[in-house]
Amino acid sequence: MSDSAPNATLFLEKRSYRRRRLKDALRLLPVVGVLLWMVPVLWPSGASHPADPTPVAMSSAITYVFVVWVLLILAAAALWWVIGERGSAETDP
Amino acid sequence: MISVNQLLGVSLAYVAFLFAIAFFAERASIRGKGSWLRSPMVYTLSLSIYCTAWTFYGAVGYAARSGMEFVTIYLGPSLVMIGWWWVLRKLVRIGRAQRATSVADLISARYGKSNLLAIVVTVMAVIGVTPYIALQLQSVTLSLSIFSEPGQPDSLSQAAAAFWVAVGLVLFTVLFGTRNLNANERHDGVVIAIAVEAVVKLVALLAVGVFVVWGVAGGIGPMMERIDNSTIGEWSMDRSRWAALTVLSAAAFLALPRMFQVMVVENEDERHLQIASWAFPLYLMLMSLFVVPIAVIGLDILPAGSNPDLFVLTVPLAEGQGGLATLSFLGGFSSATSMVIVATLALSTMVSNHVVMPVWLSTQGTGAQVSGDVRNVVILARRASILMIIFFGYVYYRLSGGGAALAAIGLISFVGVAQFLPAMLGGIFWRGATRWGALAGLIVGFAVWVFCSLLPSFGPDAVLSAAVFEQGIGGVSWLRPQALFGIEGIDPTVHAMVWSLSLNLAVFVAVSLATFPTPLERLQGAQFVNIFDHSTQARGWDAALATSEDLMIMAQRILGPADALSLFRAEAKRQGLTGHLPEPTQGFLQTLERELSGSVGSATAHAMISQLVGGTSVSVEDLMAVADESAQILEYSNRLEAKSAELSRTARQLREANQKLTALSVQKDAFLGQISHELRTPMTSIRSFSEILRDTDTLDQAEKTKYASIIHGETIRLTRLLDDLLDLSVLENGQVSLNLENGNLNDVIAQAVLSAGGAHTTRLRIHHMQSDQDVPLSTDLDRLRQVFINLITNAQKYCVAATPELTVEILQQGGGLQVVFHDNGVPIPSEARALIFEKFSRINDKDGSGAGLGLAICREIMTRLGGDITYEPRADGNAFIVHLPGRVALAAQ
Repeated sequence: MSDSAPNATLFLEKRSYRRRRLKDALRLLPVVGVLLWMVPVLWPSGASHPADPTPVAMSSAITYVFVVWVLLILAAAALWWVIGERGSAETDP
Repeated sequence: MISVNQLLGVSLAYVAFLFAIAFFAERASIRGKGSWLRSPMVYTLSLSIYCTAWTFYGAVGYAARSGMEFVTIYLGPSLVMIGWWWVLRKLVRIGRAQRATSVADLISARYGKSNLLAIVVTVMAVIGVTPYIALQLQSVTLSLSIFSEPGQPDSLSQAAAAFWVAVGLVLFTVLFGTRNLNANERHDGVVIAIAVEAVVKLVALLAVGVFVVWGVAGGIGPMMERIDNSTIGEWSMDRSRWAALTVLSAAAFLALPRMFQVMVVENEDERHLQIASWAFPLYLMLMSLFVVPIAVIGLDILPAGSNPDLFVLTVPLAEGQGGLATLSFLGGFSSATSMVIVATLALSTMVSNHVVMPVWLSTQGTGAQVSGDVRNVVILARRASILMIIFFGYVYYRLSGGGAALAAIGLISFVGVAQFLPAMLGGIFWRGATRWGALAGLIVGFAVWVFCSLLPSFGPDAVLSAAVFEQGIGGVSWLRPQALFGIEGIDPTVHAMVWSLSLNLAVFVAVSLATFPTPLERLQGAQFVNIFDHSTQARGWDAALATSEDLMIMAQRILGPADALSLFRAEAKRQGLTGHLPEPTQGFLQTLERELSGSVGSATAHAMISQLVGGTSVSVEDLMAVADESAQILEYSNRLEAKSAELSRTARQLREANQKLTALSVQKDAFLGQISHELRTPMTSIRSFSEILRDTDTLDQAEKTKYASIIHGETIRLTRLLDDLLDLSVLENGQVSLNLENGNLNDVIAQAVLSAGGAHTTRLRIHHMQSDQDVPLSTDLDRLRQVFINLITNAQKYCVAATPELTVEILQQGGGLQVVFHDNGVPIPSEARALIFEKFSRINDKDGSGAGLGLAICREIMTRLGGDITYEPRADGNAFIVHLPGRVALAAQ
């Protein structure tokens, strides 16, 4: 998007480079979230057949979903802390 | 047990508290002390209107029925918030830049400010959100009914309770939602009330949850055991629903009108969004943290058959915690009311801006030129819309009978509003999206939703007959509402979502690819998609047609006299004008349009200004920019080409000038040699003869006279030469004073011919073509005569024909006169023509008797007289043309 301006320089100084990578992380975070939260789709569910594997216990399911949630929140907050501290998000170097 | 009356008392006190908070927030904001009202915290809390009574009551019921599936409704929004960089950042920036007042406004602005599109979106939004509002009324009345004991005389009937709740909501929304007109001025009172309600519902749910986990179950460990041992203790999930509901909730989060209202319209600072990107998922996480424990305990301790949607209330009541139950009731009440208030606010803005105002303006005939204050009409329209929307919700509640599970109603609504998503996201990410594509996609998606989700929700034989469910419309089996295209066995919600959204998207893309957008649409599309590249408006108004007074009158009616005046004053000041009326420049008209669109929506504002101005000017440059991506490069290269052409032209001129200068310099050198020779020859003879006269004593009288005559003749020649030089220098310096006389051109020519030696006395024959009538003129006759004499003597000297002839002719040319001296000599060679009027220029000068000043003097004289002298080669000789200006000829008449 706005990062790929035609006159952008090819190599950046260390701080700008770090900010770019932080923004990459920012972009990547929801993708990670989707992948982690779609894991439950793979879990065995509703043992209707004796041969089916044992279903995941509800307590484990709750723990998994909420731990992912907390981790995502912490990651988002950390990214805000690091990026937000150094000025507004849209002023690309 | 708390009685209904006590509960009503608490509720009224709570509502009064909310009113007070909203009121003081508005006051603080008006007095300019409202900055704390606009903190990131308040922004995050206001986003919590996503969590409605459906969340508060319905989530627990949902969990009791389907286990962890309820959480998908929060996973979607969490992902959207965490991924704010992708979509929300752009949406908020566009919404702020375009001063969008609603989803409908945003979509209509993107697609060329099409009001048709805005109307369609508005109607769809009203229909889509109505079940949701009914859901809130239903949850409040359900929760009230828990507290009323059956058979008690003061117990309210549910219908009456719903009615009074609706009335209260209308009152609050009208009071705080339509106080100020400009939707972009934001509703501080409403936002702060919502933030407070967000805290109340979170605290209430957490309190119940903490009580259940630590008070009833006895800690986290025992709680987890009870969960695993309950009926929902095993992971049992319809996999398609898990994924589909996550996507659906994310889509609805973006497309819900009320979310757009708090997220984009009420956004004060884009940085708040970044804070909300983690704070709001945190809120959602806390809201859903205790849902499963409450559901499990409810299933455990309450008798079978109790409504799981009300566990949040019934569990504390069953444990004898009246205070906690009251808090919980207030939490649910808060969820319901805040959602209804914001949703109706957002919808009423849409209805009044896109339906009522355009209709009203067109019925006024003269459009924007109406008299009176339009603001009253807008505010009235909004209040009426609020009333109408809440009334619709009430009617839906009565019709649906309040029987269905809360979650089911909520999902129907979600699928409905998710239909905006393709047009919305397509509009901000894809420049190829067109108005017709958006319209077709919306209508198809909406139609599928109505058929597959809304109408079946009333149950078989309510709207759709059971036969349609079984066999499809008209017996066509692939047109069954819950098995489109004959594909059976899909969960109804997933079915409706997948088909409506995918058909919507497919039609949107296909029609967009096939149609061609209007210029305005393409410009807006570029604005939206490239919002981070340039935040300026590309198109402008043809400002010359609008008068500032008209604009002022219109602005006053919409913005109010004080605001309009200050806006115009500020602009006039910026333009450096005194008074309050600025020039209607393009920039000002754009500013004005945006201000107006904050009040009445972009389509209406655009229409109003275009009525005054007469239409947008999509300038040639704009069209170029639209027509070709590389237009800028093209334009640049065109400019370069023009520049280089200009440069080469200049270079050519310089080269010519240089050649002329060089030639002149050569001429001058030649002349200096010539003039030295000219001066030296007579001087030599003067010196020689004067020496003879001085030194020779034997000269007789005749010889003396002869020598003295020679000396005299040579001095005359010298004097003439010096006279000529002096004359020219006087003329060139402009020091000459003209002696204006009246005379006749024929006479002047005749005198000149005589002075030059007569028409027949010399070898040159002069034909003076006398004109029939007198040609009177008023000029310096002596000077004019001098010019004529010069031309005649030139002909005498240089005409080399066997029988030299000169024809003098007077021509009337336009308003002026031309005197043509036409000889039959050899034409002047072309390379010499450019120089003949220059000083010291001599051609064909065989005897060297001339100084080369005659024609230069002629030209100077003619310039002084206001005329000109030019040379034209003729087939049989040369023609010198003396141009006399009209005023010289006419002045004497």
